[in-house]
Amino acid sequence: MSGVRPECVVVGGSAGALEVLNAVFPALPRGFPLPVLTVIHQPEHGSGVLARLFRGKCEVDVSEAEHGQPLTPGICFGPAGYHLAVEPTRTLSLSLGPPVWFSRPAIDVLFESAAWTFGSRSLAILLSGASEDGARGLATLRAAGGVTWVQEPSTALARTMPEAGLRLGGGQEILSPGQMAARLRGLGTEAT
Amino acid sequence: MEAGENEVVELELRLLLEGIHERYHYDFRGYTSSSLRRRVTRALEQLGCATISRLQEQVLRDENVFAQLLQFLTVQVSDLFRDPSYWKALRDQVTPMLGTWPSLKLWVAGVATGEELYSLAILLQEEGLLERSLIYATDVNAEALRSAEKGIFALDRLRGFSENYFQAGGTRSLSDYYTAAYGGAVFSRRLIEHVVFSDHDLATDSSFSETQLVSCRNVLIYFTPPLQERALGLFSDSLVHGGYLCLGSRETIRFSSVAEDYEEVVPEDRIYRRVRR
Repeated sequence: MSGVRPECVVVGGSAGALEVLNAVFPALPRGFPLPVLTVIHQPEHGSGVLARLFRGKCEVDVSEAEHGQPLTPGICFGPAGYHLAVEPTRTLSLSLGPPVWFSRPAIDVLFESAAWTFGSRSLAILLSGASEDGARGLATLRAAGGVTWVQEPSTALARTMPEAGLRLGGGQEILSPGQMAARLRGLGTEAT
Repeated sequence: MEAGENEVVELELRLLLEGIHERYHYDFRGYTSSSLRRRVTRALEQLGCATISRLQEQVLRDENVFAQLLQFLTVQVSDLFRDPSYWKALRDQVTPMLGTWPSLKLWVAGVATGEELYSLAILLQEEGLLERSLIYATDVNAEALRSAEKGIFALDRLRGFSENYFQAGGTRSLSDYYTAAYGGAVFSRRLIEHVVFSDHDLATDSSFSETQLVSCRNVLIYFTPPLQERALGLFSDSLVHGGYLCLGSRETIRFSSVAEDYEEVVPEDRIYRRVRR
């Protein structure tokens, strides 16, 4: 561990990830001080579904990203059909680059931008999924000194994503959903 | 030191953009940082350069390498009738008003490979407006413009395009507008009879006069606020009183100084109307 407190949490997942988020996000306490930027693979159309899904069951703010929005504490989902990234100006940006691993939003895009913007002051969490998206971004973030967690593949509905993350060397710690929830809660209280 | 490495890359990127601006007069200095960096990183891999500094050497000394890099920097990926609800709103709420002008000038800014352009031309055709329209199709990337002019899209994308077209209230079959050839769908030349393709940079050039509609969808998201402001200023200069401004579904004029010159026509689809000068 670098011992540096993260300023930003980035989360990525695909098939089987919503189940994990259901265990982790409601556990975040009111006043959790960090932004939690989240990309979950979804169809290109459809608007605000994920934010609506979690808003009712979380104590922290839940939103869908708007271009140019400043980073604020709480959970923020990347909208369908756009890549989500975080800028050096501490604002969110959306873009229409080519899909990565057939996905837009893509986890790699979010994780790389967090690596470039926050370096060692970032925490990335790669969850269950049936694609290799995210593995490369996780490795970039780890190389930039950031903290990385990978879902324990045996707890994942789809192992491809966490296993790819570990294979590319980006995984610093391997955790179950319950451990992730507890550790995140701890981060919140450390930081306040 | 990792943090130092990141700062070096940021510096290299800034220097590359300065170099490109001085040498080729393309100005990417107002583009958002993360997407530029991502694009340049992909270009490094494809062009076989270990660092941005090495790429810079080649770009400044060989305009062919610059032409290759340009494809990475500017090409974005859209679909025909992307955001069907937008196209439906344009058909139902905007084209009846456009029909009240005897002749029309429309500007598609950032036309890229032409998806928005062909969608607009098809819509105008179906609403009986294409014959009296003149469309300026502009992009900073001349090669993308050539591709837009050809109007050829991969066949495997057509199913999605057709679904969008149908959801957008299309009155015919999308296949009426293209013929399959060379493994692609070639869109009808009649759609672009009234289109003027033109090299144009929103960062440095001026605007087209007296347009009734400006469509600039999913371009401003690549710009930092000052460059967004410049582009929106150009559109305001261009639009006639009562003209329409169409932005991407995640773009807004809300934070801009031109905001009060417009009224929202269809807020959820980012269609605005110029009501004040």
